[in-house]
Amino acid sequence: MELNDADFALIEALADGLEMVSCPYAVLGARVGLSEEETIGRIESLIAGGVIRRFGVVVQHHRLGLCANGMSVWDIPDADVADVGQRMGAFPFVTLCYRRPRCLPDWPYNLFAMVHGSERQIVLAQVDQLVSELGLATVRHDVLFSRRQFKQRGARYAHKLEAAQ
Amino acid sequence: MDDFDKRLLDEFQHDFPLCPHPFASIAERLGMGEEDVLSAYRHLSEAGYVSRIGAVIKPHAVGASTLAAMCVPSDRLEEVAAFVSNLDEVNHNYEREHAFNLWFVATAQDEDSLSQVLNDIRDKTGLAVMNLPMLEDYHLDLGFPIRWS
Repeated sequence: MELNDADFALIEALADGLEMVSCPYAVLGARVGLSEEETIGRIESLIAGGVIRRFGVVVQHHRLGLCANGMSVWDIPDADVADVGQRMGAFPFVTLCYRRPRCLPDWPYNLFAMVHGSERQIVLAQVDQLVSELGLATVRHDVLFSRRQFKQRGARYAHKLEAAQ
Repeated sequence: MDDFDKRLLDEFQHDFPLCPHPFASIAERLGMGEEDVLSAYRHLSEAGYVSRIGAVIKPHAVGASTLAAMCVPSDRLEEVAAFVSNLDEVNHNYEREHAFNLWFVATAQDEDSLSQVLNDIRDKTGLAVMNLPMLEDYHLDLGFPIRWS
C-alpha cells in the first residue's frame, strides 16, 4: 500500500492514541487537516491495506498481572526457521514471533517468541510445551524475563509532522 | 476493577468502533451511558491499565524499526536506561535478566536515521549496541485474551 503525506501525518498523530472525548476522530483529524469523515476513511484504508495490524485498546500487561513477560529465543537451523516460526506463532500464548539475525559469537539465537503469563512458572511451562510439541529438545534456547519496564508507548516513525509545523 | 472495566479492556483490543462517536457505540453495546464509558477509559488510562487506544502498525510498513540490546554494567543501568528512554525514537525499553540486560525498540523514518540513533547511543554511552532487526514476521498481534483471576 502506497502511503501519502496525510497517512504519515495521521499515523504520527495516532502515536499517543485517540483522545478520550466524544468525537475523537474529529479531534485527531483537526490536528492533521482532515475532516472527521476523511480521518475515519483513512484509518479504514490503512487497516484494509495491512499497515495498521490492530486498532483498539492497547493494555499494559504489567499492570494487569501478566507480569512474567518472557522473551524466548531459539537457535533454529536456517532451513527450518520459517516452518518452526509459523508453528510457534500459532500458539495462543505466543504474542510475537519474529526471525532476527544472529549476532555471533555473543548472540546465537535467530527466532524470538514473546510469551506472556501471570507468573514465571506458567511462562516456563508454556516454553516447555513449545519444546515438546515442536520437537525442539535438542535446540539451544533461553528465556529472558523482563525485570523493569522503563518505557512503553506507540511508535513514532516519522517526524514529518513536527518538521512541517 | 469491576466487570464493566474488564469488558472495556478485553473486548475492544481489536476493531475499535470507527464511527463519529465510538465511545457512544461501545456504551450502547454494553448498556451504559457514553459518559460512563469515557470516564472509565480515562480512569483506566490514568491508573496505567491502558497504554493508549490506537493503532499497532505493521513493522516496516512505515519507516524503519529494530530491536536492540546492550550489556550494561549494573551500576550504570539506571543512567543508561534513562538516557535511552528519553530518546523520542525509542518506544519500548525493558530490563531483562541476561548479560544483555537492556532491550529496546527504536523507530525512525528510514534506515539511515535509525543507524544514526543506534550509533549515537553507542557513542554517548560508550557501550556496544547489538542490532537485531526483524527479518520475518510469523505472528504479530499485541492483543491477547486476558484471563481474569
